Amino acid sequence: MSDLPAGLETLDFSFSGGRPAGSFAPVLVGVVGSGNLEVMLEAAPGADDTSATVCAVRVETSARGFGPIWQAVVSDFHDRHGLGGVRVSINDMGATPAVVSLRLDQAVAEIGGALR
Amino acid sequence: MISYLECSARERLALLLDAGSFHEWLPPADRVTSPHLAALGVPSAFDDGVAIGRATLDGHTVFVAAQEGAFMGGGVGEVHGAKLVGLLQRALRDRPAAVLLLAESGGVRLHEANAGLIAVSEVMRAVLDVRAAGVSVVVLIGGANGCFGGMGIVARCADHIVMSEAGRLAMSGPEVIEASHGVDEFDSRDRALVWRTSGGQHRFDSGDCDALVADDVQAFRAAAMAALGAARPVTLALLEAEQALLTARLGTPQPS
Repeated sequence: MSDLPAGLETLDFSFSGGRPAGSFAPVLVGVVGSGNLEVMLEAAPGADDTSATVCAVRVETSARGFGPIWQAVVSDFHDRHGLGGVRVSINDMGATPAVVSLRLDQAVAEIGGALR
Repeated sequence: MISYLECSARERLALLLDAGSFHEWLPPADRVTSPHLAALGVPSAFDDGVAIGRATLDGHTVFVAAQEGAFMGGGVGEVHGAKLVGLLQRALRDRPAAVLLLAESGGVRLHEANAGLIAVSEVMRAVLDVRAAGVSVVVLIGGANGCFGGMGIVARCADHIVMSEAGRLAMSGPEVIEASHGVDEFDSRDRALVWRTSGGQHRFDSGDCDALVADDVQAFRAAAMAALGAARPVTLALLEAEQALLTARLGTPQPS
């Protein structure tokens, strides 16, 4: 048995030094289903000076104890896109790392038009 | 052709309504989520599994809701139900050309127990109120999860039902019947049995749905457009016709 208490696990990550994304309408991709997740990308509130380069990620997941893997997947995401001034919110129901990466890329693709 | 069955709720909204016309109320960014699921260790969805809003269909203003079958089987929780009720009550005030319900649901979300049951009963009442006000309620059923339980009743409370052959409409779903009455009574894995008791073709033949369309988003769009203005007020004649239909189905003599 796991010594983790039952319930959801909430994980927060933050990266700085990203390229400011500016303002865009919130984007939602994916669905909270088994082995899947939803990703919402929003412009961070008051995306000015310092916060404009920050990418804040919050994960709520039913699969507990995978913090280091989330850290790696989200770090890779930041390395790929380097977005700043964005808030990434994730509701996860046991998606694999590859699915998480694809959903994150899909969300960025959907705001692509608004970024130009 | 794009399969209606394979689309998510939001893809259906994007493809079925006039392009770019959907304006969402309580969008995901508002984070109006279930107050119950987190306590059970179940992740929430930012829209609680249903998107509601206004849009145009062939230029006419409609109100629309789309349930996401992949989230909790489209189950109606407290917030999900309240969003449907709010949409319908707003239709009473604003009188759109129709209210479209893109239903895909196993019924009440059992995690939310009484709150979900109450929510579904409120949706039924709201649908009947909207009908009574002369605004037609059109239900579209073509998702993989079908339309069952309380949402099955909601659908039959509406003016007009559009289904695809892959769609299913019933009260108790196959697994529920099997669990309560045994596999001898109903084998939920017998797909032919499931579809000949709840499938779109069967529902169309038995008069429970008004239009049978291909599993194609554009076919659903065309059927929804055809249903605009097809309000069917609940009159004595309508109830008598329904009674006759059910009586004939049961093979019992008409009450004199």
